[in-house]
Amino acid sequence: MANPDLSFVRAEMAGVQPPPRSERGLGSWLRTNLFATPVDAALSALAILFLAWFLPPAINWLFVNAVWTGPDRTVCSTVAQGGIQPDGWSGACWAFVNAKFQQFLYGRYPFGERWRVDLTAVLFVALLVPLLIPRVPHKRLNALLFFVAFPVVAFFLLVGGSFNLSFVETPLWGGLLVTLVLSFVGIAVSLPLGILLALGRRSNLPVIRLLSIIFIETIRGVPLVTVLFMASVMLPLFLPPGVTFDKLLRALIGVALFETAYLAEVIRGGLQAIPKGQFEGADSLGLSYWQKMRLIILPQALKLVIPGIVNSFISLFKDTSLVYIIGMFDLLGIVRQNFSDATWASPQTPATGLIFAGFVFWIFCFSMSRYSIFMENRLDTGHKR
Amino acid sequence: MKKTVLQGVLGAAALAYAATAASAGTLDDVKAKGFLQCGVNTSLAGFSAPNDKGEWSGFDVDYCRAVAAAIFGDATKVKFTPLNAKERFTALQSGEIDVLIRNTTWTISRDTSLGLDFTGVNYYDGQGFMINAKKLSGINSALQLSGASVCVQSGTTTELNLADYFRANKMEYNPVVFEKVEEVNAAYDAGRCDAYTTDQSGLYATRLTLSNPDDHVVLPEIISKEPLGPAVRQGDSQWADVVRWTHYALLNAEEFGITQANVDEMKNSDNPEIKRLLGTEADTKVGTDLGLTNDWVVNIVKGVGNYGELFERNIGSASPLKIARGLNAQWTKGGLQYGMPVR
Repeated sequence: MANPDLSFVRAEMAGVQPPPRSERGLGSWLRTNLFATPVDAALSALAILFLAWFLPPAINWLFVNAVWTGPDRTVCSTVAQGGIQPDGWSGACWAFVNAKFQQFLYGRYPFGERWRVDLTAVLFVALLVPLLIPRVPHKRLNALLFFVAFPVVAFFLLVGGSFNLSFVETPLWGGLLVTLVLSFVGIAVSLPLGILLALGRRSNLPVIRLLSIIFIETIRGVPLVTVLFMASVMLPLFLPPGVTFDKLLRALIGVALFETAYLAEVIRGGLQAIPKGQFEGADSLGLSYWQKMRLIILPQALKLVIPGIVNSFISLFKDTSLVYIIGMFDLLGIVRQNFSDATWASPQTPATGLIFAGFVFWIFCFSMSRYSIFMENRLDTGHKR
Repeated sequence: MKKTVLQGVLGAAALAYAATAASAGTLDDVKAKGFLQCGVNTSLAGFSAPNDKGEWSGFDVDYCRAVAAAIFGDATKVKFTPLNAKERFTALQSGEIDVLIRNTTWTISRDTSLGLDFTGVNYYDGQGFMINAKKLSGINSALQLSGASVCVQSGTTTELNLADYFRANKMEYNPVVFEKVEEVNAAYDAGRCDAYTTDQSGLYATRLTLSNPDDHVVLPEIISKEPLGPAVRQGDSQWADVVRWTHYALLNAEEFGITQANVDEMKNSDNPEIKRLLGTEADTKVGTDLGLTNDWVVNIVKGVGNYGELFERNIGSASPLKIARGLNAQWTKGGLQYGMPVR
């Protein structure tokens, strides 16, 4: 008698069931994310209370009560303060930012010549964006244009004095223009120099190693403020009378050297993390020193220290504000300078101006930070945890 | 001083450009280069601040324009170098600027040991106190401020004057010190201190940024003398004369009622003093002796107006600051501004 086969084999997939009711919807999301444990619940409640206390007045001040346009301080001050707003009013004075916006971007760059700054900015974006997007081809040509051709073109466009462009002296520059010029030059100069210095410090040749160490340790041992201050106050006394360095040039050199020293140490950290086997492997393949560094060591080392490098760049971007002490006005400097314009002096003006400057800085720094995360993920080929 | 070969080489090699060769005559250098390089404050309400168009405006700034107008007949032929308190004297000594008009107090040590010459006092200032009259009702003199907390900016002579004043009057006080002007203002506005001290011109600017300006009064005591004036490098009398007499020309123009609007009519005046001032007298040599043209005062007044107009427009009743003339009124009206005679 044949044994009937009692085993059951399902011939088709079971239909997908919805998750249980308790795991669905807003209630479940709140429970798992905000109120999972009593401590979580207490912290969440505190955070919600804080937001409820903080957000409505902030939004009120920033947007609802804010003044968007106006000719002078009267629109941003109450009747008691000599303005037109009712007593007890408080709101952001965006009219101040509105009236000074051009100045915040260009400084005192002559009106008729501002198209030159605009054109430079367009070129900058047009070359930078394809460089940042991995899919776009011709990276080598693009990088060459961006790091070699663009600075030359930008120099002639912004400074002028040739090709029928009138000369615009750097004391007239200001605002975001100065911030970006300082950061771009700082970054573009410091990265290659920093790599060379980091290699120099690990070199087997004593002279090169010693020089690199002296440079790095000297520059790192002095605050940027001191470097800038020396360049602006002491340097003119040593130069023969009548000879003056361009202030922006002094600041550029100071900032670039400073950043170089810091980057060199960040990159050296990356070099030290590469196992000895990589060096030996490269040697055994018969690669020369530069081939070894370019093809084997640096690609790995730089990838490791992307967060450190971007960290340095972000702090450089913000450090540009220090040129305020040598009488140059970056974005923050020119915003603060305009606080003393009596036409706009009101209790709301400084807060509004600083929030505006902070927001602009945040946009730039946050973009840099997001892009670095994107690059880390893209290049992360062996160290994923 | 002649420019040496070494200087030339250094200048070229260092990508530098020569702002001014500080040779014998600053006036000749300024004329040769075609503009005046004037050192001003990086920002001080009413004295030197950017306007909406980004142009410099203010009392000190207009003084620079007046000097340029005297030399070139064109008040726009001036370039401004914004300077902070620390670098202002270096900039003048090194020849980076031709004249420093940056609310600089005239003191003996600056006049002697720093190698400067002050050419006059364009604004008589002095350190004062401001208090919240609502909170501290009954106080109407700085001598009643014993035990008060005082908001003050750090690293200024203001801080030292404050200490001197309270020690001299055997009073106690708590300094509340901040580095940035905005911080001092905010702290005072929030009531963190009883009194606020800085130069009186600054007190009026600060009042504009307070939530209830009418509650605050400026006490009558002036605890320091702050005569602010233009300074030039020592040892160039001709140049010092040009800056000095620009100041006196502005004062004389006000005294004789010559304004930006009526200066052309005034050229036909029969008053011999006005004729001498405006250079319309026959065979006058007043302007040419100064190294300028004889219509130098006409150029100044046409360019920027007279002293009174400058004052009212930038810091006086026509400006948000509304500072009274006080010590800066003409000598005929009880002030200290006294234009030396042009003859």
